[in-house]
Amino acid sequence: MADNGDEEYRIQQGDYVVLKRGDIFKAVQIVPKKKIIFEKQWFFLDNAVGNLYSTTFEISSGGILQPQKLKETGNPSDLKEAGTDNRNIVDDGKSQKLTRDDIETLKEQGLKGQEIIQQLIENSSTFRDKTEYAQDKYIKKKKKKYENTVTILKPSCRILAMMYHGREPGKICHLRYDTLAQMLTLANIHAHSKVLVFETCAGLVLGSIMERMGGYGSVIQMYPGGGPVRAGVESFGFPAHFHDTLHEFPICHVNALLAGELDTTAKDPTAEEKLNLAADEEQIQPEAEQQGSPEEQNMETNAAQDQEKIEKEKRREAKAQERKVKLEEKRKKLAAAAALLEGRNADGLVIASRFHPCPVLMTLLKFLAPSRPFVVYSQYKETLIECYTKLKEQGGTVNLRLSDTWLRHYQVLPNRTHPVLLMSGGGGYLLSGTTVAMDQSKPAASQRSEEPAPKRQKASVDSSRLPSLE
Amino acid sequence: MSFVEYSDCIQDGDVAIVYLSHNSVMPVKVQQGAQTQTRYGVIRHSTDLIGQPYGSKVTCSKGGWVYVLHPTPELWTVALPHRTQILYTTDIATITMMLELKPGSIVCESGTGSGSLSHAILRTIAPTGHLHTVEFHQQRAEKVQEEFAEHRVDHLVTVRNQDVCKDGFGVTGVADAIFLDIPSPWEAVGHAKAAMKRQAGGRLCSFSPCIEQVQRTCQALVDQGFEEINTLEVLLRIHDVRTVSLPLPDFGPDCRSDGVEETSPNYAAVSLKTTTPPREIPGHTGYLTFATKPRT
Repeated sequence: MADNGDEEYRIQQGDYVVLKRGDIFKAVQIVPKKKIIFEKQWFFLDNAVGNLYSTTFEISSGGILQPQKLKETGNPSDLKEAGTDNRNIVDDGKSQKLTRDDIETLKEQGLKGQEIIQQLIENSSTFRDKTEYAQDKYIKKKKKKYENTVTILKPSCRILAMMYHGREPGKICHLRYDTLAQMLTLANIHAHSKVLVFETCAGLVLGSIMERMGGYGSVIQMYPGGGPVRAGVESFGFPAHFHDTLHEFPICHVNALLAGELDTTAKDPTAEEKLNLAADEEQIQPEAEQQGSPEEQNMETNAAQDQEKIEKEKRREAKAQERKVKLEEKRKKLAAAAALLEGRNADGLVIASRFHPCPVLMTLLKFLAPSRPFVVYSQYKETLIECYTKLKEQGGTVNLRLSDTWLRHYQVLPNRTHPVLLMSGGGGYLLSGTTVAMDQSKPAASQRSEEPAPKRQKASVDSSRLPSLE
Repeated sequence: MSFVEYSDCIQDGDVAIVYLSHNSVMPVKVQQGAQTQTRYGVIRHSTDLIGQPYGSKVTCSKGGWVYVLHPTPELWTVALPHRTQILYTTDIATITMMLELKPGSIVCESGTGSGSLSHAILRTIAPTGHLHTVEFHQQRAEKVQEEFAEHRVDHLVTVRNQDVCKDGFGVTGVADAIFLDIPSPWEAVGHAKAAMKRQAGGRLCSFSPCIEQVQRTCQALVDQGFEEINTLEVLLRIHDVRTVSLPLPDFGPDCRSDGVEETSPNYAAVSLKTTTPPREIPGHTGYLTFATKPRT
């Protein structure tokens, strides 16, 4: 049933995809003949190429993927025989007659998940005594354990955020996916805006912002240390032109930029080059020595020695040229990012990192235009209380709000609807607000303080017993 | 100004948001010669607004002041005139991410209501997406259409005055995402499926305050072959930052073993910066049910 114009929905070589089974996700790239481990199974993704996204595959022997033919029609328990309650069911661990080895044998024989489950049911002495609901639950549990299917999905912010939160929350500062959702909306991320991002969430936050901007506008990643970390951005599988909108700027140059002292013009390369040439010399010398063995050197004519010298020169020049080009590229990028920042007219600011957010916020806010939103994420409430306090003292922001969200999932089944037993303990905190024109006069307490005044002390103690208060 | 793109200065015809204080914002239609009354006095549009940068402080006639902000869907949600119960930012944000909305998305929504979610969707799908929104109440449909035009987003949206349960969304095979906020969403699931693209991966969301509605909707989704059916709820918790002063008790002078009396502490209270929850919080808005459409 191949449709025309379906190409964007088909899996292609080199695509970044997400593997899914139940609630478990894993981001991988489609690479030929590469062995993938997912949920304790090995397989190759080669067969996936050409199929549509969201196809479910069965993992057959040898790790080959086969598209699942039909949706499993009918439940294995069409027996209809069921009990009414569990008063006579004794949980002694002996109701299943098949041993672990038996099941392994079945697996080796190539039985499909559905068939193994059927075997388990037939060999269970208590299955027919269970209530219908208990049978349902039993089958669901076995399906989860024995099915060997995998679905291949197109990556999206939703899927990747759930994946990171489930697999590696430490890498994303324990940012829960609904908190990320709040951040993207509160910061009004949309196409054609200019957004500043400071994050240490493996690039998840950055990628999510880029997804919501659709390749329009610009995103500037402010980064600490030597270089921006954004491995997570790759997993989104953005088209190449999205990367044209992505810039980066090292925070070690922020103060210089704010003071107007950052020089991004092309510098005189000779001084730097001399240093590089010296380094090259040291590198090439031992190389040359290794190449010539004693006998050969004795037999070399002058012409050959000259030839070697020329080649050495060529190599040195080539390396120097390469380095020059790289440095020039780097300088150009820095200049481009600086130009975007200099105007101090960014449209939004998003902070989500393991660094203390206060200094980051107070500094990066300077790059925002007035009447623009900002959002700060922190795993810990106290840091945001500090930010809130500092912002109140300084002025220039309104609508400050410290919040977190409470997330609860439900099981919805006829006569069995209830909240799911376990729920997330916490998803981090957010401080959001909007910039306004800085008050030129005094940043003092506004006439409309957003905090009620602290309660006055009741004079319940005999004041003669207290020392006088300052 | 538009709700989908920022601009720097206030112009005649803009819709701006006047920020009076925390929890007090109002929309203002900027017009040459017009005036707006606030509790701090009068704002004269021609002198105080037009030509001023967004984010400016405006002093009103009585001497009090306000800020004038560029409209965003989030500010609009708290400022808009309610014609129906609306969705608030917390649910809107969750819906936006879980429906995988982004620039270029084609979205169908019903009921439009007061347009709170609609504005947020438009902001996210601009400039290349489209919203097909259905509202069965004629006046509400007309009012929201007017607002879309005033907010300069009407090129991104089509409002249809019809009953989605009987007549569907008015389009077929185009939508990436569907949103339902109606009394009987199970009656619209079939239409939703028809409006969605044939390829797999389309997302659907149904918002219902009552669990019975959720149960019927989930059953309809199962019957129509939807996958990854998931119901959740999201609640917002606000933390009010406060400085609190806790008095220290006086247990009398501290008597040391050598009989020398120590005077009681000099300070009568300890001050600490903390957060307190509001007295009451919204404990329930509605259940959000999400699902993915398979290939049809």
